[in-house]
Amino acid sequence: MIGKVVKAGDDIDTDLIIAGRYLRTKDKKLWAEHAFEDLDPGMSSRLRGSVIVAGKNFGCGSSREQAAIALKEAGVVGVVAASFARIFFRNAINRGLPLFEVEGPVVCEDGDDIEVSLEDSCVETGGERYRSLMLSDRMMEIIDAGGIIELRRRDL
Amino acid sequence: MSTLSERILKGEEGSFVDVKVDRAIAHDGTGIQALTAFREMGAKKICNPERITIIYDHIVPANNSTTADLQAELRRFVFERGIDFHDIGSGVCHQVMSEGRVLPGEIVIGADSHTCTMGAFGAFSTGVGASDMASIWATGGTWLKVPETINIRLEGRLPRFSEPKDVALRYVGMLGADGATYKAIEFTGENDLRMEGRLTISNMAIEAGAKAGLFYSDAETCRYLREYGMDAEPQRTEDCDYVREEILDLDDVEPVLAVPHRVDNVKPVSDLEGIPLDQVFVGTCTNGRYEDLKRFADVVRGKKVKVRTVVVPASRDVLLRAMETGVLRDIVESGATIGTPGCGPCLGAHQGVLGEGEVGLSTANRNFKNRMGVGAEYYLSSPTTAAFSALRGEIASPGVRP
Ligand code: SF4
Repeated sequence: MIGKVVKAGDDIDTDLIIAGRYLRTKDKKLWAEHAFEDLDPGMSSRLRGSVIVAGKNFGCGSSREQAAIALKEAGVVGVVAASFARIFFRNAINRGLPLFEVEGPVVCEDGDDIEVSLEDSCVETGGERYRSLMLSDRMMEIIDAGGIIELRRRDL
Repeated sequence: MSTLSERILKGEEGSFVDVKVDRAIAHDGTGIQALTAFREMGAKKICNPERITIIYDHIVPANNSTTADLQAELRRFVFERGIDFHDIGSGVCHQVMSEGRVLPGEIVIGADSHTCTMGAFGAFSTGVGASDMASIWATGGTWLKVPETINIRLEGRLPRFSEPKDVALRYVGMLGADGATYKAIEFTGENDLRMEGRLTISNMAIEAGAKAGLFYSDAETCRYLREYGMDAEPQRTEDCDYVREEILDLDDVEPVLAVPHRVDNVKPVSDLEGIPLDQVFVGTCTNGRYEDLKRFADVVRGKKVKVRTVVVPASRDVLLRAMETGVLRDIVESGATIGTPGCGPCLGAHQGVLGEGEVGLSTANRNFKNRMGVGAEYYLSSPTTAAFSALRGEIASPGVRP
């Protein structure tokens, strides 16, 4: 998959991804519209077709799954980070949002083209190729099904 | 020889295991999301409804009609399905679960990040998101990766005015907000920490990114659980391989604060004295227990707070005990406001959210930007530091009389 880079820093917590004040609804569109609002109010408009490239500990804090849902709904293709907080990691997989954990910095600027591949566990941008953490078979099974809801719908 | 996590999860670190969940917990916020996912999965039956608990704590009582409608929808579902349900006013889910509902060695999964709190009992207890919770409702189990473990030895005794919260802030500051990501923390050592203090310390494991924060059950664990009519066994430590080992001398722990907007930005209270405050908040799953309220009351008894102060007991049991012993009366007489047992303003939804530019001191576990009020700043401290600061209307070191 190819997307446009949207950069984010270290320790982006789930309160920053979607603020607590928007949680009392089931409206995915609303979460997508307000994604990253407290970080940068203009950011949500740049998310469709984007790959977020962040630093360490992306998605820390509250367990709110709305953070993963908001990004998926906003059209984010994948998230690249130096590390992810584990609950966000699970939530993203469960929602079919591909994650790429890459050691060391991925050199890129906002708006650059970036290619991400789960199958090859790699990220490519600016002529450089970066290895990303290989997901376990279990996670790939969930992602391939399109998320845990689809997987359970198939199996139950 | 294995870590406690390996023993409970029955797998070697790094391996993936399928586990049966002994207790599954959700609250009004994540419960409704889990219900939506449960329905989308096409699930019909709840597997083991007696192992599932839903506790309304996040926005209680409902603050507007949207919240009320969502809460009503989930309430209908739990009544239909015979799920163990605790309605508004019962308290913060982690506190309610700690009141005799979790045993050493159990696997506890909660749709809330601070589910790590129950590690204090020697249970493997961790947080997940709502779809994972729905999947547990439908199947009774889940998968986990057996984590590597960091050992923190807590040795000695805390000095007067230093509290388990100071220990929690110290180790989070030491490891950093992502220092334990994907890992478990085991707290060992010769100390005299009581159960309520262990709960505070385990509660903040997630603030270092940890999957779980475990204490081995011992005589103190068994004593505490016996008060709730539960029989428990002590767990023996074994020699095992830790990925990192640290020692924290409790004798050297001084009162500290987490400075906005990072929970791992930890500084001695004495360095920050005199910062004016607009609000003090005592409560949450970290420090809303009876002992915390009592510590606060012991300082403010017979005096008046100089800044608006919100105190929210972590559970109905806590509130009742505080009523019976007079602690509640001391707090109310000091000029503080009491909120419904539950999360209070902790997640920034109601009951004491700060305004733009305001500065607060809170006994909670997170001071993320905008969490407890857009444009506000929050310092995190122990209840005793909160009490001395409330009396002065500014950040104040415990022990220094106004
Ligand atoms: S008290 Fe705060 S941290 Fe604890 S469960 Fe409630 S919102 Fe979360």
